Amino acid sequence: MTKAKSAPLLHIEQLGKRFGGFVALDGVDLEVANGERLGLIGPNGSGKSTLVNCICGTLQNETGSVTFNGEKLDGMVAHERTHRGLARSFQLPRPFRSMSVAENIRVPLLYTVNARSRSHLSHREIDERCMELLTLVSLHDKARKSPADLTQVEMRKLELARAMAADPKLLIADESMAGLSHSEVEDIVALLLRMNEHGVTIIMIEHIMRAVMAFSQRLAVLVSGKKIADGNPEDVIKDKEVVGAYLGT
Amino acid sequence: MRTPFFVLILTAIAAALYAAFHSIGNDYLFFAGYTVLQYIVLATAWNILGGYCGYVNFGSAGFFAIGVYSTVCLYTIGQSVEDVFPQFLVAPMQLIFPLPLPALIVVGGAVSGLVGLGMGYLTLRLRGVFFAIATLALAVVLETLIVNWEFVGGSRGAYVIPPNEIPVFGPYIDFLFALMLILVVVSLTVARLIERSKLGVGFATIRDDELAAEATGVPTLRLKLIATVLSGALFGMAGAPFPYYIGYVEPGSAFNLSYAVNSIAMPMIGGTTFWAGPMIGAVLLSTLQQVVTVTVSSAVNLLITGLLLIGFVIIAPRGIVGLWQDWMRRRAERAKGATPAAGAEGTPA
Repeated sequence: MTKAKSAPLLHIEQLGKRFGGFVALDGVDLEVANGERLGLIGPNGSGKSTLVNCICGTLQNETGSVTFNGEKLDGMVAHERTHRGLARSFQLPRPFRSMSVAENIRVPLLYTVNARSRSHLSHREIDERCMELLTLVSLHDKARKSPADLTQVEMRKLELARAMAADPKLLIADESMAGLSHSEVEDIVALLLRMNEHGVTIIMIEHIMRAVMAFSQRLAVLVSGKKIADGNPEDVIKDKEVVGAYLGT
Repeated sequence: MRTPFFVLILTAIAAALYAAFHSIGNDYLFFAGYTVLQYIVLATAWNILGGYCGYVNFGSAGFFAIGVYSTVCLYTIGQSVEDVFPQFLVAPMQLIFPLPLPALIVVGGAVSGLVGLGMGYLTLRLRGVFFAIATLALAVVLETLIVNWEFVGGSRGAYVIPPNEIPVFGPYIDFLFALMLILVVVSLTVARLIERSKLGVGFATIRDDELAAEATGVPTLRLKLIATVLSGALFGMAGAPFPYYIGYVEPGSAFNLSYAVNSIAMPMIGGTTFWAGPMIGAVLLSTLQQVVTVTVSSAVNLLITGLLLIGFVIIAPRGIVGLWQDWMRRRAERAKGATPAAGAEGTPA
């Protein structure tokens, strides 16, 4: 007896994006199931960040389509996609510098969670949720600090906590570990796994392979704007085309 | 402090100021005071878009002039109802016109707010210097339109004759001063309400990082449009009584560069992230300008503005409010650091 396959949370079909004459994405197909942990890798310039930007609405795809939770997102602006449950963290942390750490977390609670739910969160509920999230990322004792006072790893955690505050169905972590030490990378991987345990589907874009391998249930590889592999991480990293793309052979 | 209490305090201060000026009985105080109050409204209006959202508007004079010329237009209509309207409308229009000044202020604010909305749609996809240039261009376009619009006087200008006296207030300048005091209360209340609301949080995210704001669910374009409408409306409301204050309006005075420069300089000097900042900057700078106008020459005013602006940008980029906040923080840190030490040394064993 075969089990009926449920519709994917994210369905990307023939996604294309050009910058002038440069083809950044060339007909990318990708599916992500609900609750899945997907690793997305590729050399610099392969189109990973462009793909994230097209999924999140920072850039608009020229061809193909993005379907999220059964709804086509093409043409929709970024904040509307966030309201529908898509959240992202940025490659370089982009905190709101005039606000405290806790105030950074309040923004998606005010603008996304409140916009989504009919019953608005009270100030007390927002404060409680802020502290929950800051505790999740171990920043509860820095709630009133300025983001400028945080270390690199704390800044990354703030970025992830802010994305989580939007109560997303899908979180895209775009190189959340770049420039971090070994123990800090482990810290972030553990955090992402905890977030996944909370029911959030996660796409991790990363260059640090031990983190990708420790985290991903499935691995997709982008090279020159095309997806060249997609499957079990152990199999994908042994794929000849993938090895060739990384080693230049 | 709750908003009604804040409004009450502001109103009490405004009433006390009016009473004090009235008891002195010198009309010049009202004339000079009107200018200072007008700049408080202009600086607060600029700060809603420039300070809270980080979008530098060089077209302030354009929005101010929209308020000025909506008054001139309605005043001119009031003067020539028979020529403007068809015969069957003349009688009802004579009941409406001439409009009282408070109504003209509302109209000026509405027209300027609408133009703000239009400008927002056209320009708010631009950022940084491109947005600033677009707003400057808007002011130039508006000035060209006014110069070529004969109905409001075109390049030769138009006279708006205020009555000498008005019941309750006495001299008309007293009435204008009182209206401007009300506008100051309104604009400061609006600014404070924004700062303490969800809207203020959204504005701050736009100022800090627009891309991150969108990613966290902030509808940036909608909020920027709200900011341009509110800012434009306040500019227009400040401009509407101006023809009654000055008596003769021509494009050169309504679109004067000093409005644009002062509207930027005053919040920068006072501080852009707190509602009181533009007010502090406006009171300091325009009072200084009034003193210099009387003692030296009004030609020195822009020089003073420029020098102070350069000084503050270099020495105190967050303005006087920023200096105050830094001083308070240092004081708190010193007190925090001194407490255990004082206890250790000062407490007898």
